[in-house]
Amino acid sequence: MQDLKTRRRGAATSQAPRPSLLRRTGRALTPLAWLGPSLVLICVVVLWPVIEMVRTSLQHITSSGVTVGYNGTTNYTDLFDEDDLIPVVLRTLLWVGGIVVITMTLSLALGQLLNARFPGRRVVRWAVIVPWAASVLMTALIWKWMLDNYSGLVNRVLLDLHIIDKPVNWLAHPGQAMLWMMWVAVFVSLPFTSFVILAGLQTIPEDVYEAARVDGASAFRTYFGITLPLLRPAILIASIINVINVFNSFPIIWAMTAGGPGSDTDTTTTFMYKLAFYDQHVGESGAMAVVNFALILVMVLFYLRAARWREEVR
Amino acid sequence: MTRRVVLTGLGWLVAFVFLLPYLQMFITALKPEKELTKSPGTYLPSHWTWSNFIDVWSAAPVWTYLRVSLTVAAAATIVTLACAMPAAYYTARNRFRGRGAFLLLVLVTQMFAPTALVIGIYREMVALNLTDTLLALILVNAAFNLPFCIWILHGYFSSIPKELEEAAFLDGAGRVGALTRVTLPISMPGVVTAIVYTFIAAWNEYIVALTVTASPDRRPLTVGVPSFVTQYQAHWQFLFATSLIAIVPVVILFIFIERYLIGGLTAGSVK
Repeated sequence: MQDLKTRRRGAATSQAPRPSLLRRTGRALTPLAWLGPSLVLICVVVLWPVIEMVRTSLQHITSSGVTVGYNGTTNYTDLFDEDDLIPVVLRTLLWVGGIVVITMTLSLALGQLLNARFPGRRVVRWAVIVPWAASVLMTALIWKWMLDNYSGLVNRVLLDLHIIDKPVNWLAHPGQAMLWMMWVAVFVSLPFTSFVILAGLQTIPEDVYEAARVDGASAFRTYFGITLPLLRPAILIASIINVINVFNSFPIIWAMTAGGPGSDTDTTTTFMYKLAFYDQHVGESGAMAVVNFALILVMVLFYLRAARWREEVR
Repeated sequence: MTRRVVLTGLGWLVAFVFLLPYLQMFITALKPEKELTKSPGTYLPSHWTWSNFIDVWSAAPVWTYLRVSLTVAAAATIVTLACAMPAAYYTARNRFRGRGAFLLLVLVTQMFAPTALVIGIYREMVALNLTDTLLALILVNAAFNLPFCIWILHGYFSSIPKELEEAAFLDGAGRVGALTRVTLPISMPGVVTAIVYTFIAAWNEYIVALTVTASPDRRPLTVGVPSFVTQYQAHWQFLFATSLIAIVPVVILFIFIERYLIGGLTAGSVK
């Protein structure tokens, strides 16, 4: 629109013959014809919920779903008054930080392994892809079953190895449950992350290593002096994407403990979900959602910097 | 030589660790129901109950789950492609006002997941009277995968020199002919990646389907599968038989597109 207005003003002052108004309008609207469907879909289905979420967080909505009207920041003060909030936030930080650090560390090794030459490498790569393609919910369910108190595989193996002398109900204790769920989250994050590292390793030219060998650098020095610095972009982008994904991770906790007992294994995501759909505090849940979303936006800013988007769109 | 042996051993160990849960799915799906309540559990089925894979179809409306999942995933893929192709092609070939802003919007929304927005999505669907419809699921899956598809197709279209298309045009292929006979075939890996990625993402989508659907005949696999194990029943064998039906086809599809994915997912910062 801005474009159209300035051009029209230009047309009034200059004397040179210009294409007709109709033509110029048509030309300005051409991009809209090509981008229109995408813009409509993104605006209606992705951006509208953002607005709806903010509105919800400022509304008083009864437990039966009737919107009574706006009630200012009441939902936010209610949220911050929740006794469970601080533990849930701290647990979320531990959840995200722990999973991403472990995933990145393991992926550096795994990426290296997938890049090395050995018989059957192709099959190993395929095996590593499986948790990436499979439904995270179903992967979480099989882990829940493997951790089953009575007939789970984990208890059976540990009993047979005499590590434990009676079955442990792993998912009933918040601490143990949290550790196991973090492991499942690492397990489903590893494929993407190690394939990003692998892609990063493949961009390092062979002659750099050749030069290091000629200079007599040890394997240790070669890795920390050459490989790791050159992997920096891959590590950075994979970490940021992982932070966003892990923060958003819902099916693992939902399938394995549903945040229980109480809210002892909740993260802010499952806490938000329970507020809306179990406790029927939709407005307060909206407030939690806005806080979550704000955190994600901060991560997206980091992502844009890491992706060097200005160069990418050129 | 020892290095090679160690690497091979490590590689196969890694493969085993990654496949173990899915192997366990398979073994559990073949156990008779009585064996599932045994403590401690068994390693292998005492009796390989292949009939579980037949009985599962009548134990729950698995056909319906499958039909819903297929409908939603296929429709979302078609909608996404229909929107993404023209947008990606136009931004790759033309400079226009708002191009940078559009690509920025695509990059930012590529990072949005329905999980964080589920409250807003639910409220919107209530307002539009679309709760408990497949249309709601199709729209959400199409829209949230659209940015990735635009991005990856934009990358492919940009990498094809304009001159190649113009040469075909001058040879009398026509604008459409140049597009369908030159540009599209070269960008096929990108198109296939976009199709498979959207299909699998929609196929595996959980939280929106869980929230927006209510009636049993509108549940996709992800929402239907957990209902085999509730407070009142525990048919783990059927749960995992259905899970395998859901997982095996998409894993095979995924293996084909993996090498085209990374560049798109990392916005091209790693290629």
